[in-house]
Amino acid sequence: MSGHEAMSDHESSFRRAVATLRRDPLAVAGAVVLAVLVVVGVLGPWLAPSGTNDVDVNHMLAHPTWAHPFGTDELGRDVLSRVIVAARVSLEVAVVSVGLALAVGVLIGLVSGYYRGWVDNALMRCMDVLFAFPVLLLAVAIVAVLGPGLTTAMVAIGVVYAPIFARVTRASVLSVREQVFVRAAVSIGTSDARIMRRHVLPNIAAPLIVQTSLSLAFAILSEAALSFLGLGVQPPAPSWGRMLYDGRGFVTDAWWLGVFPGAAIFVTVLAFNLVGDALRDVLDPRQLTLSEARRSTR
Amino acid sequence: MSGTGPVLRLDDLTVTFGTRRGPAQAVAGVSWEVGRGETLALVGESGSGKSMSVLAATGLTPRSARVAGQVQLLGEDLLADTEPRRRQRRGRHIGFVFQDPMTSLNPVLPIGRQVSEACEEHLGMTRRQARDRAVELLDLVGIPSARERIEAYPHQFSGGMRQRVVIAMALGCDPDLLIADEPTTALDVTTQAQIVELVASLQERLGTAVVWITHDLGVVAGIADRVAVMYGGRIVEQARVDDLFAHPSHPYTEALLAARPDPAHAGGELPAISGSPPSPLDLPPGCAFWPRCPVRGDARCEHELPPLREVGGGHVVRTFYRSEDIGRSA
Repeated sequence: MSGHEAMSDHESSFRRAVATLRRDPLAVAGAVVLAVLVVVGVLGPWLAPSGTNDVDVNHMLAHPTWAHPFGTDELGRDVLSRVIVAARVSLEVAVVSVGLALAVGVLIGLVSGYYRGWVDNALMRCMDVLFAFPVLLLAVAIVAVLGPGLTTAMVAIGVVYAPIFARVTRASVLSVREQVFVRAAVSIGTSDARIMRRHVLPNIAAPLIVQTSLSLAFAILSEAALSFLGLGVQPPAPSWGRMLYDGRGFVTDAWWLGVFPGAAIFVTVLAFNLVGDALRDVLDPRQLTLSEARRSTR
Repeated sequence: MSGTGPVLRLDDLTVTFGTRRGPAQAVAGVSWEVGRGETLALVGESGSGKSMSVLAATGLTPRSARVAGQVQLLGEDLLADTEPRRRQRRGRHIGFVFQDPMTSLNPVLPIGRQVSEACEEHLGMTRRQARDRAVELLDLVGIPSARERIEAYPHQFSGGMRQRVVIAMALGCDPDLLIADEPTTALDVTTQAQIVELVASLQERLGTAVVWITHDLGVVAGIADRVAVMYGGRIVEQARVDDLFAHPSHPYTEALLAARPDPAHAGGELPAISGSPPSPLDLPPGCAFWPRCPVRGDARCEHELPPLREVGGGHVVRTFYRSEDIGRSA
């Protein structure tokens, strides 16, 4: 960045994001992994060396070899191909369900924290009820009502995580709404909707981003768990959790059935967490480095 | 806007909070007005009701407060308005400057956007117009190279500069009234002087009415036309500023003036007012200052509320007696 030419918000924060990410090798690693995952998710079926349901009857439960780098399962299907294709399922579930949870939870939390009173009480007690159920049990119950499948799994995970976002949002809103700048906005007659959008939301972005990255990771785990219980993706479509489930009977004989899908889950979850951490730093203007701050105030 | 009447006029304004230990009277029957181009200083200790009277007058009190009395903004009743309309009128005609410039700006929004917020909301400006308006306002309050700075964030400014930004924000829609709630308290002395000077010059140029809430009598002397001294939720004395400083007539005002540091007599101990202000839950039946009063010039002071009496030239004071009558030089 040279001097202080007038930059648009978008440009400057984008540059700052890149600059901050560059200084943080772990975040770079996380971002690279996520980028690779997205590519794999989109191009999965074309990248996979063989079809997900192609059966190699001569090599059932085969050790990893050059022909099948991740080995084959009990039906002789190529584990590598299935792990690759399953990436799309995991990402889709994570993004859609967390998106749903974020939209619903933030709206509820914002309204609760901003208006307080009986609105707050009513909404938060509903959230408490949702919270009272163990996460997986609630998801299982929702799936039981709506019938198993990918869409149901997404909705279930979304519903399960919405109260967390509602609580995080409400807690942050409660502290932000008492700030003088919110009072100042009220005093000049700014509307509630505008205050929430412009003054409250940007100030609670940091905890939400962290929560989002964690939830993305948890959503992937939840999808795996639901599929592991046979309530998510239905066979023969592959999903990491489903593969773990199918492979559990062979753990002692065929370690590769568990290790590779498990490693895929592990790496994805880790990558989301690393990037989420870095994003929090980037999106908070107060985290500007001293040198940048000096340059722009000169 | 309209004619020559007062910009803001409070008539017998009372603010009561219902608490678990009974009603707490924060403001008890306060009346004052401020005209175009005039500066009224509200002086008093913390809890004397000076900020609360202004917040109540503009409809910014917490929901638990009960507000009674009359408030007229530009000749029209403000308290009778519906909330959306009140919000509209408040935003259009009144600008607020709060005490702490560190917290009265949104830390994650560029200052240009904050300064032009009121214009966007009330004057229906487009983004581009609002941006130009922000530059104009920042220029007006003396922020150097305003056009380059509108994308900067509040943390990139010093305290004094931030308070200038807050003032620019308050001036957004050319308000008829500027309410400054202890705007210099959080600043160091040189910066204080600059801000006082800035507001005075802006007022001269724009003809805005100013209500300046403070406990700093030095600032009052520098900026005010008239002063209202508040104690225990009531006005105890109101006068033109030179009159008040020359002839303080209420024992509380006298004590306040005596407690100012005076460079001519440096080194000595400052006279303090012993005791503490009364609780709004339990105001004395008579004069609220009676328990701490060094004069107690009349037997009725303890049990009966003294009326506001005019002692000449718009100078009113809440005592039963004239200082001269009880043998004290004013």
